[in-house]
Amino acid sequence: MLLSITTRYRPATDLGYLVHKNPSSHYTTEIAFGHVHVVYPEASEECCTVSVLVDVDPISLVRTHRGAMVNEFALSQYVNDRPYATSSLMSVALSKVFGTAMAGRSKERPNLVDTPIPLEVSLPVTPCRGGARLVRRIFEPLGYLVGADAIPLDPRFPDWGDSRYMDVTLSAEVTLKSLLTHLYVLLPVLDDDKHYWVGSEEIEKLIHRAGDWLVGHPERELITRRYLRHDRQLTSEALSRLMEDDTADSGAPEPCQSVDEASIEGPINLKQQRIDAVLEIIRANGARRILDLGCGEGRLLAELLREPGIEQVVGLDVSHRVLEQAAKRLYLDTMAPRQRSRVELLQGSITYRDSRLVGFDAAAVIEVIEHLDRSRLDAFERMIFAYARPSTVIITTPNSEYNVRFLNLPAGEFRHRDHRFEWTRSEFADWCQQVAHRRDYSVTMSGIGSGDPEFGSPTQMAVFTR
Amino acid sequence: MTVLKIPELCVVALVGVSGSGKSTFASRHFLSTEVLSSDFCRALVSDDENDQSVTSAAFDVLSYIANRRLEAGRLTVVDATNVQVEARRSLVGLAKENNVLAVAIVLDVSEEVCAARNAARPDRQFGSHVLRNQHSQLRRSLRGLRREGFHRVYHLKDEGEISSVVIEREPLWNDRRKDHGPFDIIGDVHGCAAELVDLLDVLGYQRDLEGHSFCHPDGRRALFLGDLVDRGPATPEVLRLVMGMVEQGNALCIPGNHEVKLLRALNGKSVNAEHGLAESLEQLAAEPPEFSAQVVSFIDRLVGHFVLDDGRLVVAHAGLPANMHGRASAAVRSFALYGDTTGESDEYGLPVRYPWARDYRGDAIVVYGHTPVTEAVWVNKTICIDTGCVFGGRLSALRYPERELVSVPARRVYYEPIKPLISQQDEVEMREPTDLDIDDVLGKRIVKTRLSGTVTVREENAIAALEVMSRFAIDPRWLIYLPPTMSPTATSDQEGLLEHPRNALAAFREAGVGSVVCEEKHMGSRAIVVALRDPAVGPRRFGIEAPSGGVVYTRTGRPFFADIDLQTAFLAKVRLGIDEAGLWDELESDWVALDCEILPWSAKAEGLLRQQYASVGAAATRAVAAERAALAAAGARGVDVGDLVAQIERRDTSVEGFVAAYGRYCWPVESVDDLRIAPFQILAGEGSVHALRDHPWHLEVLGRLVDTDLTTFRATKALSVDLDDDTSERTVTQWWEELTASGGEGMVVKPIEVAHHGSKGLTQPGIKVRGREYLRIIYGPEYTAEEYLSRLRSRNLGHKRSLALREFSLGIEALERFVGTEPLYRVHECVFGILALESEPVDPRL
Repeated sequence: MLLSITTRYRPATDLGYLVHKNPSSHYTTEIAFGHVHVVYPEASEECCTVSVLVDVDPISLVRTHRGAMVNEFALSQYVNDRPYATSSLMSVALSKVFGTAMAGRSKERPNLVDTPIPLEVSLPVTPCRGGARLVRRIFEPLGYLVGADAIPLDPRFPDWGDSRYMDVTLSAEVTLKSLLTHLYVLLPVLDDDKHYWVGSEEIEKLIHRAGDWLVGHPERELITRRYLRHDRQLTSEALSRLMEDDTADSGAPEPCQSVDEASIEGPINLKQQRIDAVLEIIRANGARRILDLGCGEGRLLAELLREPGIEQVVGLDVSHRVLEQAAKRLYLDTMAPRQRSRVELLQGSITYRDSRLVGFDAAAVIEVIEHLDRSRLDAFERMIFAYARPSTVIITTPNSEYNVRFLNLPAGEFRHRDHRFEWTRSEFADWCQQVAHRRDYSVTMSGIGSGDPEFGSPTQMAVFTR
Repeated sequence: MTVLKIPELCVVALVGVSGSGKSTFASRHFLSTEVLSSDFCRALVSDDENDQSVTSAAFDVLSYIANRRLEAGRLTVVDATNVQVEARRSLVGLAKENNVLAVAIVLDVSEEVCAARNAARPDRQFGSHVLRNQHSQLRRSLRGLRREGFHRVYHLKDEGEISSVVIEREPLWNDRRKDHGPFDIIGDVHGCAAELVDLLDVLGYQRDLEGHSFCHPDGRRALFLGDLVDRGPATPEVLRLVMGMVEQGNALCIPGNHEVKLLRALNGKSVNAEHGLAESLEQLAAEPPEFSAQVVSFIDRLVGHFVLDDGRLVVAHAGLPANMHGRASAAVRSFALYGDTTGESDEYGLPVRYPWARDYRGDAIVVYGHTPVTEAVWVNKTICIDTGCVFGGRLSALRYPERELVSVPARRVYYEPIKPLISQQDEVEMREPTDLDIDDVLGKRIVKTRLSGTVTVREENAIAALEVMSRFAIDPRWLIYLPPTMSPTATSDQEGLLEHPRNALAAFREAGVGSVVCEEKHMGSRAIVVALRDPAVGPRRFGIEAPSGGVVYTRTGRPFFADIDLQTAFLAKVRLGIDEAGLWDELESDWVALDCEILPWSAKAEGLLRQQYASVGAAATRAVAAERAALAAAGARGVDVGDLVAQIERRDTSVEGFVAAYGRYCWPVESVDDLRIAPFQILAGEGSVHALRDHPWHLEVLGRLVDTDLTTFRATKALSVDLDDDTSERTVTQWWEELTASGGEGMVVKPIEVAHHGSKGLTQPGIKVRGREYLRIIYGPEYTAEEYLSRLRSRNLGHKRSLALREFSLGIEALERFVGTEPLYRVHECVFGILALESEPVDPRL
């Protein structure tokens, strides 16, 4: 990967003094994941360009698990863009070869350090989630003139469109120190992919490098979040230290699966509303033995346990890991014996017959069916409605009509990348009525969350009884 | 000598006061592991054999062990005083719970002898009142022992008798494991004598001179499943015929509920003469009285169920769950006669039956009658062959061991059924995936395979597979196979190469393989195609509707096509090819499962290609160009950039090779006509697992399929080589180099004989040798640089090879079981195992 900085300040070759590298020689140094070379493609009075070429050893990249979790059993580890795209690796390289310049020290040209000079940066392969618009949002507030051209994926297949890489140029009258600091922090922000380092010391770095200019940046939140790779704990810590304000959310990091759904549905807190709706039905039906199929981390289970009159609560999930989290969340290990006897967590699947699920008053199947392939719904139907046959079955699922009202959800996309389908109200109602007819239940349909006159409620619910 | 006969499987209660010599007796006549001593159990929980305060806990331990033994069919002797009725009641209960008989052996030794023995033992210094109490309890017990539920009671009255005892273990009456048939198992006759004669005739039986009995020239025997009587027009004639055949050794017979009720009626008990009993009684009244007496004695002697043919076959009138096979208890007899009733009544006033067969997981085949069905179908190794003859259906027989169904139509409706017979639709419903129980897949699995013994699936892998299987996989009824993973060849040490044919050939030569086939890899997406001759085959053979005329699924069991119409169109083209090639007739099957690659790779993997391969290609191409320009400019200024230029040039070539390699496998797909299918193996068809046939057969047959439509099908280039031939390596290497020069994926080398067993057991069924350029998309664009290669060569193939063999064995096993019409859970177990093994962490580049 390559990064070039050009200046037309006179004498342009002063650039060499600022970066402490001689324009007439080839400088090389070793870093953990390869080599960094510094060369000058041009070095004249009028114009001087210094290029940083990072030669990445892709194998060492996989083998040195630097901070971030590396899944060595994913093929993407071995064929990836890290050797070619200007990402966090470039930041690391810059701090290695231009560390002194970044710190604002120059023995030969001490006065130039704090003097804004015309500088132009060329980043021929910049990975950028958010496209040219984001490059501008990030760099224009800092006074840069931004050029960003998309790079096509493959000229042989024009249908495939553009890649996520931009050919970026930035130019401004700026001190070299600031320019390098901006690049150091903002290249990983543009990339927004796996960084090869994230840890609490990153907060120190961020504050150290960006303390003075980030506070006033309109995108400071996005920059902080992306720089710290979405880790909400770290993000809020950093933000609060920057803003000296502790109102920011300091909740634990969400498991990555639910991030998108929660952030899309978040503002209206649908999760709690769904739980409230289910509790209301369970209370109304006087159900005492309850199944939570696809219980996840046990939010509904916890609320059910607090309900008076409920004798037994059984949570079922296919994921062992999630059940462990549920056990932790419910404090099963330290629960009082009498309470402990009211709750049980089972690993299982809603598409296999399971005698442990027979004999319940009610089953809640909250935001679960849309995670099944359509073809598996038949098996689910037989398992729950023909075999287990609880007296009441409560099913909720997204109402896809409402999706247009979610501002941050692109048209035609699902609320969660793991959803296999999302139904309109009539699609869901059709399916429910057929099931009720085949399995001798009656069903009523309703919505959860404040409704829209045209598109209905964000979540739809069916209550089957027999 | 006193001979005590006891059933082979039973609970033996030793009864005798302290010091009567029970332990000595037990050790003389039984294995030490067969004897559970209450003293020992007391010591287990309290470190003191004589601590009476822990008696209850000690009995819990004893009964826990006894239950596990009895479940496993092991005779169990309980060495305790057992002089109190409560103690004996628990033992009889233990026997009943496990459906085995209980036997009591009383050691009645004089008080003096016992006292003297106890006196000699320092740990038995209890007062004389204890012994006296026990003795009087024993006296009081003696008379009532039989009534307490003991099948046999042996009362040994003195030392002499006790020391002369010999114990003989007898098989149960239902134990006919040494009887291997062959049998013709006949369903409920219900007085339909004419149809019975028709059926015996079709089965090849011949009437003997007197006309009442039939025998088979090949020595086959009829096996009647009961309900010979009631409802039909000629109950006496049927009885006479069956009794005659049984008497002459030409038939076996078990009782049905109708016989039992008839017997009660004939014995003068008051019974409700419903459900056709009145007809029987009326017909029997017309016979001479001695005939009824013969009937009474015949029915009286019938044994509730039989276990036959080394335990492979069980017959019972209303079926029998596995834990009751070969057992004896009132519960077993009742189940065999009446089935599993829930106690509820349906809208016709008939008892609601629980579909026990759906839960059946036993190893034995269970053949039964009792419930009239329109068609006999296998459900989990069980089959009901009561096809409702008396209701105007048919009288059916199952030939065993052939498992062929033979039936004759009823001549007319003799009796109107109270409720309609179970329809075909209900039978299909019974085979739906609700058949698959969570217990069939959860936890550690040990699967027996024909090819390589048992394959173990670890619990954590089963958990991963469960998630994939329940959420993404197609309906398990279609999943009759999943392709196994395949190991690459041992790593080559030739310069610039990671894989080379030489190492693969050497591996097979070493395993003792004579000749191999090299088959081109197409770099498509792996697909299993199940094609049906017509959609009706779906419900009939797979138990599932098949609107697409079959199914196409991926290597992890997911639907290959998201769009069902695309699948239908695709299968139509495949079916047309099979039609034209005449394969339905050639394979004698109306369905066929093919192992294929579907091209282009981009059709299925465009997302991956764009996000990963094309992205890396785009980034690399631009980056290298920029680096090159910068270095050129610096060089032009006279800066010494050393070997950096050469390095960048090499990178440029690598990146070009990478971009070229993935580009080969991409072309736009707008309709089904843009897809190509390259079948390379015929997995199975009706009655036959073809997957084990030699590879040249597959290539020849599939070659003819490919020739029918060269735009839909793509031929798999292949080369057969004799490994003993010195030129073989050169020939193969040259062929491989041609295939891979411009980015071709490479080849798979397979032994001609698919399942080859060498000196180290099963040989790898295939080894892949991938092309140098192709491997750029696996190991990264620049992997060919010697500095990288030297590190990549240290790759560990052991785990991959082991997985490949285990998955191969499971795959073949799945096919064998499906072709052998084994129940769904048995097939699913193997397929599930493959998926579970696939979740084991292994280097994805292999």
